[in-house]
Amino acid sequence: MRRERVPIVVIVPAAIGAAFFILPLLGLIVRSPWRDAVAALTAPETLEALKLSLVASLSATAVGLVLGVPLAWIYARVEFPGRDLLRALTTLPMVLPPVVGGIALLLAFGRRGLFGSWLDSTFGITLPFTTAGVVMAETFVAMPFLILTVEAGLRSMDRRYEEAARALGASRWRVFTRVTLPLIGPSLFAGAVLCWARALGEFGATITFAGNFPGVTQTMPLAVYLLLETNQEASFILSLVLLLISLVVLVGLRHRWLIA
Amino acid sequence: MRVRVALLVVVVSLAACGGGAAATSPSSTSLSGYINVFAAASLTASFNALGIAFHKANPGVGVNFNFAGTPTLVTQIEQGAPVDVFASADTTNMDKLTADGFTSGSSRVFARNQLEIVVAPGNPKGIAGLADLAKPGVIYITEGPTVPAGKYSLQALASAGVKVTPKSLETSVSAVISKIELGEADAGIVYTTDIQAAGSKVQGVPIPAADNVIATYPIVAVKGTKNQDIDDAFIAYVLSATGQSTLATFGFLSAS
Repeated sequence: MRRERVPIVVIVPAAIGAAFFILPLLGLIVRSPWRDAVAALTAPETLEALKLSLVASLSATAVGLVLGVPLAWIYARVEFPGRDLLRALTTLPMVLPPVVGGIALLLAFGRRGLFGSWLDSTFGITLPFTTAGVVMAETFVAMPFLILTVEAGLRSMDRRYEEAARALGASRWRVFTRVTLPLIGPSLFAGAVLCWARALGEFGATITFAGNFPGVTQTMPLAVYLLLETNQEASFILSLVLLLISLVVLVGLRHRWLIA
Repeated sequence: MRVRVALLVVVVSLAACGGGAAATSPSSTSLSGYINVFAAASLTASFNALGIAFHKANPGVGVNFNFAGTPTLVTQIEQGAPVDVFASADTTNMDKLTADGFTSGSSRVFARNQLEIVVAPGNPKGIAGLADLAKPGVIYITEGPTVPAGKYSLQALASAGVKVTPKSLETSVSAVISKIELGEADAGIVYTTDIQAAGSKVQGVPIPAADNVIATYPIVAVKGTKNQDIDDAFIAYVLSATGQSTLATFGFLSAS
């Protein structure tokens, strides 16, 4: 392999670009009070926020799988007018500011919302200020990552395996569970992990739609934000934990989700 | 290294000219430049009005505002945000900033405020006082305990002997008001001035003086400011008879 000489006009901006991402991480690592790490991580409020974050983000991933995989399947396999528009609408939260997502959720599922007022008057169910509200906010923001990743997986798989299974007499459900799902396994896994990581980091939609109460709606990112005002050292440590999780996810997936 | 030298020069020159900065009467000198004022969220409407009036009296001067929950502002200042004047909704946060060495000169109290229960127009849940916040079926929210209003609301509830768990600890009075306006919560505790500023979108239920907490608002120039003369003029304007009457129209109690 020939080693290419990289021009200086590429190296300099590239180095600045890399430093732009690395310096903030370095800042967090350098400023974190490592001696107090154990105390900060095992404080009751931290554990409560951590537990809530895990429960909510895993629930959001589960909801994402149940609702997102069928959507991805339709996008990949069914031709119908307005498909591109529908796909754009269901993946909009990827680029939407999360706070806007939170406001939109309030106007739809809040106590006075389009659908929420009916839920309240008919079943007495209100979603804001509940853990279910947190799961909804996280699903809203994170599920698009799963939909797009799984759709890409479905599009790139070799459909002849499915056709062969059908020809050999397998039912459609059997083909889906025994042939399709295993074939798109890597994309499914990558989509679920990405969805989970995004849900775990969700802040704007959560604080807007679900509010902030320890043990009920105060997830890790909310706790980090509020700790910055009361206990900065603890907030640095928790930030580092979230950073570590994100790093593990990305390194674990490498660039699989981009190529899928 | 060069950056550090430049900073030193700024600090030294400020120390040199900031010595006997007496409060000047508004519009006496021809000031020019602009200052950044970080003010508690509950000051949003009144300080916007004060800023416009101050600019009219001193045409060469602009005032930029950054409104947020007081603890958020303290964090921003301590992390090096470009700020010239800080107006706090309590003395605790002001004392913290002073103790950490971020203030220039001593702070002056410029206004006081009191708490009130905020409900939807028409008071659909029939909230008559603090005790009703604990009624079943009432969604009560307040500010987090680090936000001055949240701390005061805990004091008021304790004084009235009411035990109630809020559904959410919002990050500022503005956030509480907006959740009431949206109809997501039934009641919250905010300042009288917030309810007045929100107009017909919400309604207030008074808290008796025996349980009420009087919030004290101090204002100070922040260390490292590049416009100490404008800072002093602005603070003097807020404390002047004109400034005080403007604050009174927004429902604030006088400074003393």
